[in-house]
Amino acid sequence: MAEREQRRRGAPRSEEPEVDETATNETGQELKAELDDLLDEIDDVLETNAEEFVKNYVQKGGE
Amino acid sequence: MAVHKVLGVETEFGILHRNEGDSNPVAASSMIINAYVNGYLERRVGWDFEDEHPGVDARGFNEFDALAPEIETHLVNAVLTNGARYYVDHAHPELSTPECTDALQCAIYDRAAEEILIRSMDKANQLLPDGEELVIHKNNSDGKGNSYGCHENYLLDRNVPFGRIVLQIMPFFISRQIYCGAGKVGSEAPGVSHDEVPFQITQRADFFEEEVGLETTLKRPIVNTRDEPHADSKRYRRLHVIVGDANMSELQTYLKLGTTAIVLAMIDDDMAPNDCAFEFPVRALREVSYDIDLGLSHRLANGDKATALEVQWVYYAAAERWADRHGFDVVGGEEIGVDVMKRWASVLTALEQHPESLADSIDWIAKRRLYEGFRSRHGIEWDDPKMAALDLQYHDLRPSKGLARRMGLTRVSDDAQVEMAINQPPPTTRAFFRGRCLEKYPDQIVAANWDSMVFDVGSDPLRRVPMLEPLRGTAAHVASLLDECDDAGELLRRLGT
Repeated sequence: MAEREQRRRGAPRSEEPEVDETATNETGQELKAELDDLLDEIDDVLETNAEEFVKNYVQKGGE
Repeated sequence: MAVHKVLGVETEFGILHRNEGDSNPVAASSMIINAYVNGYLERRVGWDFEDEHPGVDARGFNEFDALAPEIETHLVNAVLTNGARYYVDHAHPELSTPECTDALQCAIYDRAAEEILIRSMDKANQLLPDGEELVIHKNNSDGKGNSYGCHENYLLDRNVPFGRIVLQIMPFFISRQIYCGAGKVGSEAPGVSHDEVPFQITQRADFFEEEVGLETTLKRPIVNTRDEPHADSKRYRRLHVIVGDANMSELQTYLKLGTTAIVLAMIDDDMAPNDCAFEFPVRALREVSYDIDLGLSHRLANGDKATALEVQWVYYAAAERWADRHGFDVVGGEEIGVDVMKRWASVLTALEQHPESLADSIDWIAKRRLYEGFRSRHGIEWDDPKMAALDLQYHDLRPSKGLARRMGLTRVSDDAQVEMAINQPPPTTRAFFRGRCLEKYPDQIVAANWDSMVFDVGSDPLRRVPMLEPLRGTAAHVASLLDECDDAGELLRRLGT
């Protein structure tokens, strides 16, 4: 599509500088640790009887 | 010249009454709203149904088989001092934000709506017997085939032919799902299994069966034709958009409203793309929602093929051309317009190159990251009830249980703005007049609706003040007048009504 090519000049590509491999790995590690913390927290707050909660969750259609 | 894109969002919330054997969602929804109104407002003012005509069709006729929405006048219905309407719709609590003049303002009122529901839930639960609990979800489906909406409303120029609106907005609605979706585990479309669609981009795509139509509850159409402008019908239309999800991410709400307002202004000015129509729109809507890798090419009506991303880039490029010529005044000014364009481009670029980087701003991507992590930690499959539970809990508004607010999602508002939006109307639309009058003269207002208010100032008959122009009655017009009038009678005299 011609129009798509045109925009490529204007689209902000600058957010992607040369990526340093080590930095990426470190960011990856941080993200994983963050996800692990989040999953720990979610194990604590998740409804104790998930199956029951889901079964009882019945809504009427709306709008 | 496009008319100002005055906009608002109406959200139907999911409701569950726990540990109450024979739970009735209408009664539960009423409890929620009554708890808020009795707990926070000085005096309740009811909604006025005089001017409601939800059965009028933009195409100029009423189909015999089209089901006009019924107005349920007997249910709880209140107007808030921030200009919003808070009511029971069918079997859900629903909150319509006041009319706003830009996407950021409206996103703040959408977040304020969440807070109002949280406070309502808190108040209502204090009144319930021990062990019972009302739980509110900001979602659009119960996972069992029942859906309820998050509708957007935009003011359009009445002179624009409706056929053009349909042609030019439909490809945008279908493709915007990639950054508007709230995500969902599984599919509720008949005959689609968990294996085929373990996870999809939107909550709502499963429920759309038509391209264009008046219905909202059955055979839902991608473009809804309800023609009820709640304003001067000679000058305006209101596009009632039923094809979006309720987002937990503020950024997504902002982007959804901001991009759609720009595209509709382009349509008013006849500068929107004409060549992006999908060959099979209803099918494409679902296929886009199911295509979480964003790689699928769809057949267009003109014989070309394009991905949802490519269609979005075409609209983005057209928006740049439109803005060069017209500026951003009608979407709220330069600052908002430029910011929406910048975020639009950067989200499309990220979706193209590294979608996982949007886990802090797009619900469906935040969900996917969380759900994949949860699945691998617990060694379970997508169809495990725990996954469905997670998917409900993401939208749970109880602070102790809700997952979305634990995800570190980027905000576009701050707490002080939200607190103000809970109580105060936007200064830039007629909602200012509505909200301030309710705050100042609650005992003299009999009823209010979008385009009028009814006052009782004593001996005279009831007096209706029409508000057919959404951009009149703003702070600039009436703030000092309202400050000066201690009584509604004086206000009406000075207004010359």
